[in-house]
Amino acid sequence: MADLRTDCAGIKSPNPFWLASAPPTNSAYQVCKAFEAGWGGAVWKTIGEPVMNVCNRYGSVDYGGQKIAGLNNIELISDRPIEVNLREMAETKRLWPDRAVVASLMVEPKREAWHDIVKRAIDTGCDGLELNYGCPHGMSERGMGAAIGQVPEYCSMITGWVTEVSTIPVLVKLTPNITDIRYPGRAAKKGGAAGISLINTINTLMGVDLDTLELQPSVAGKGGHGGYAGPAVKPIALNMLSQVAMDPEIGLPISGMGGISTWRDAAEFILLGASSVQVCTAAMHYGFRIINDLTEGLSNWMDEKGFQTLGEVRGKSLHRISDFGNFNLLFKAVARIDESACIRCNLCHVACDDAAHQCIDLQPREVQRNGHAETIGQPVVREEDCVGCRLCYIVCPVENCISMIQLDDGKESVTWNELLKQLPQPVTWEALRAFQKKHGIEIH
Amino acid sequence: MKNIVPKRASKEYEQAFAELKQPLSNAAALADANRCLYCSDAPCIKACPTHIDIPTFIKKIATGNLKGSAKTILQSNWIALTCAKACPVAMLCEGSCVYIARGENPIQIGRLQRYAMDDYFAKGMLPLFTAAEPNGKSIGIIGGGPAGLACADELALLGYDVTIYEAKAKAGGLDTWGIAPYKMKQQDSLLEVALSKSLGVKIRTGECVGETVSIQFLMDQHAAIFIGVGLAAASKLNIPGETLAGVYDALAFIEKVTPRQWRSVDVGKRVAVIGGGNTAIDAATEAKRLGAEEVFMIYRRGKSEMPAYLFEQELAKSDGVQFHFQIMPARIIGKKHVEAVECMRTKPGEPDADGRRHPAPIPGSEFRIPVDMVIKSVGQNVEGTFFSQIPDLMIDDGMVVVNHDTLQTSNPMFFAGGDCINGGKEVVNAAHDGKKAAHGIDQWIRSTRQE
Repeated sequence: MADLRTDCAGIKSPNPFWLASAPPTNSAYQVCKAFEAGWGGAVWKTIGEPVMNVCNRYGSVDYGGQKIAGLNNIELISDRPIEVNLREMAETKRLWPDRAVVASLMVEPKREAWHDIVKRAIDTGCDGLELNYGCPHGMSERGMGAAIGQVPEYCSMITGWVTEVSTIPVLVKLTPNITDIRYPGRAAKKGGAAGISLINTINTLMGVDLDTLELQPSVAGKGGHGGYAGPAVKPIALNMLSQVAMDPEIGLPISGMGGISTWRDAAEFILLGASSVQVCTAAMHYGFRIINDLTEGLSNWMDEKGFQTLGEVRGKSLHRISDFGNFNLLFKAVARIDESACIRCNLCHVACDDAAHQCIDLQPREVQRNGHAETIGQPVVREEDCVGCRLCYIVCPVENCISMIQLDDGKESVTWNELLKQLPQPVTWEALRAFQKKHGIEIH
Repeated sequence: MKNIVPKRASKEYEQAFAELKQPLSNAAALADANRCLYCSDAPCIKACPTHIDIPTFIKKIATGNLKGSAKTILQSNWIALTCAKACPVAMLCEGSCVYIARGENPIQIGRLQRYAMDDYFAKGMLPLFTAAEPNGKSIGIIGGGPAGLACADELALLGYDVTIYEAKAKAGGLDTWGIAPYKMKQQDSLLEVALSKSLGVKIRTGECVGETVSIQFLMDQHAAIFIGVGLAAASKLNIPGETLAGVYDALAFIEKVTPRQWRSVDVGKRVAVIGGGNTAIDAATEAKRLGAEEVFMIYRRGKSEMPAYLFEQELAKSDGVQFHFQIMPARIIGKKHVEAVECMRTKPGEPDADGRRHPAPIPGSEFRIPVDMVIKSVGQNVEGTFFSQIPDLMIDDGMVVVNHDTLQTSNPMFFAGGDCINGGKEVVNAAHDGKKAAHGIDQWIRSTRQE
């Protein structure tokens, strides 16, 4: 059984799964219930400035009959009295000393205000602080949340105010609503942060109700932008995670989040450099009980792969991330269809014909269907014309029916960056065609 | 009839005849619609005799475009609600769903089609198609069943003035009178009759061609005539006792059940149903659900040869109908009223012209099954009453002979489709024939006009 213990920037927990700072961590009742279920840690719902919430706070993207592919919210930071939050946080930490309890903070950009909240939070006995520079709605208009995260100078300044008084690890939570996540990441490092949390929610407008023409969610007929999370945002989070993880100027531990619903998602985050992972939408959808499969699934996978500790998994796929210019241009793969597995839905054929490279033919075959012989079209790849784009593989609803087969022997490799050095500058189509011809690549 | 089953409260009958396939809830319809893979060149389309673009109508359900979904369906099949409920989908569209190859349940195409059509009729049959300008040509249609209605609807859209001559008081044919009430209600079929009327089709009910209306009249009135009369006269057993009280034809019995006036239908305590087709199964199941204590299916061949669909046989069995294979009725016994059926055991005899081995009675194997009621379901003939009045109309093996591309008969003015050309198939085949004949008629009229 794999060892799931983790240490993220000095914040220790028995497993890497923390509840993200959000509605599920609004109270001691919830956080204690989550710890009872087995969660490794919890980042308390952000405390700070006085706020008032509105009704109809969530909107969701349902896709193909599945609920909540993405979840958006316009809820603000905690609207409970700050003293109650601090008292409950202290009680929870006392009851659950082995779990990570992290206080999430957001106050107006004043040094004294930050000093005050930091000290009061530390007094609860919590394990770390997370600075909320991410909320894209409600607070940002008041000069907090994403308004800080979007300006690297503010980021480092406020982080500095916090770290100059904090005695516990400080995580800076970044907003994805920015062109290059590395800049606020570097600013956090400059301000003395011990680690980085990412991503906060993405700025979104969820949609329009086609019956009422109101926005969703609608607050008495009005709606607006909110923060988007859930399974749909995972690839965005993974990209930002890898960017920060690979940035030599940052080099901080990362608590990763953004669309983690299953242990598989978590494993991907850890492979791309996360030390702990935070979960919100999945817990909002299904409750705290999902922790059972999260930990068990991750542990089983690690056992299967021979990983004993999370440290062995962490960042293990990062070295594979590369710029396009370093991809091998001579790698040659084509799609192949296993006729015995094919159910003849012809989705590969229509996708290839309409949207790719017109290289999947329907060849006549005699089959038995409903007890009588019938001539049907069997999709077959014309390999000499297949560019290896993988669209057919993606649309195929049958497991192991379409495979991408490597055709080159793997011995030869020329990348675009290498090619640039070989060819006269600027690169002409003629020179490129000559290179392709030499390597038997024909594009028509 | 003797030993009539005592009548029960209406509520109990309604329960016994409740729809077997309930409508899909919105959530269930969406779930299945989203599960549809949206196959390209889908096998379900090919398996449907009317070639409905099934993946397209299902995807429209998934997006909430129910009006568009109904349009996609009706474009191919005017009898879409009846087909959704009465088609043997396991043998057709659903039986060809690619999910089966993946080892999973097929998409519930029939129920999804019903979902779209229910919505269409519930919203009052909003116009979906623009009819061509009236072309001044009149078409007569003999028989208001699925073939006739489909032909009429299609012709109305093509700009023809269409009149249906329907012998019964209500149109719809077997859809109205012959479908088991636990599959669909008579009212469903009447919605499709109303759809025809909404397209401008005139329906003259109570008109028996050859009796109240002559063929000559039709030929004088119309540019072309479509025959969609189905099969009517029930075949006889040709054994003694067939005219005793308590002996019924299956279709006549079923026709009494379909209006859902349960208490007006008498059923004996012990019922013998003679025959092995789907109609025989319907009659047996309906008799059981009306309260018959014991129902015996009497079929002269073996189980594997029974023409009724397996799922129909299973339904009857689960209702408690008893199946007796390889026995045939020798005579029906009784003074005035049926008292028993005398049967003989059979063995497969010499193959007939079709290669099917004719069952031969085993001498001395006679035995009696005491019954209060006998329902005969051994096939039907083409109703020939007016056929002989149509000049040059060719009939072969009890079926009207047609050109299978145009459905034109040997008399160019007459076209035909449905059971009277195929000897008795599904509603969906009739619906397809009707539509096909409409285009045959249109082509023929256009070409003769040019000449």
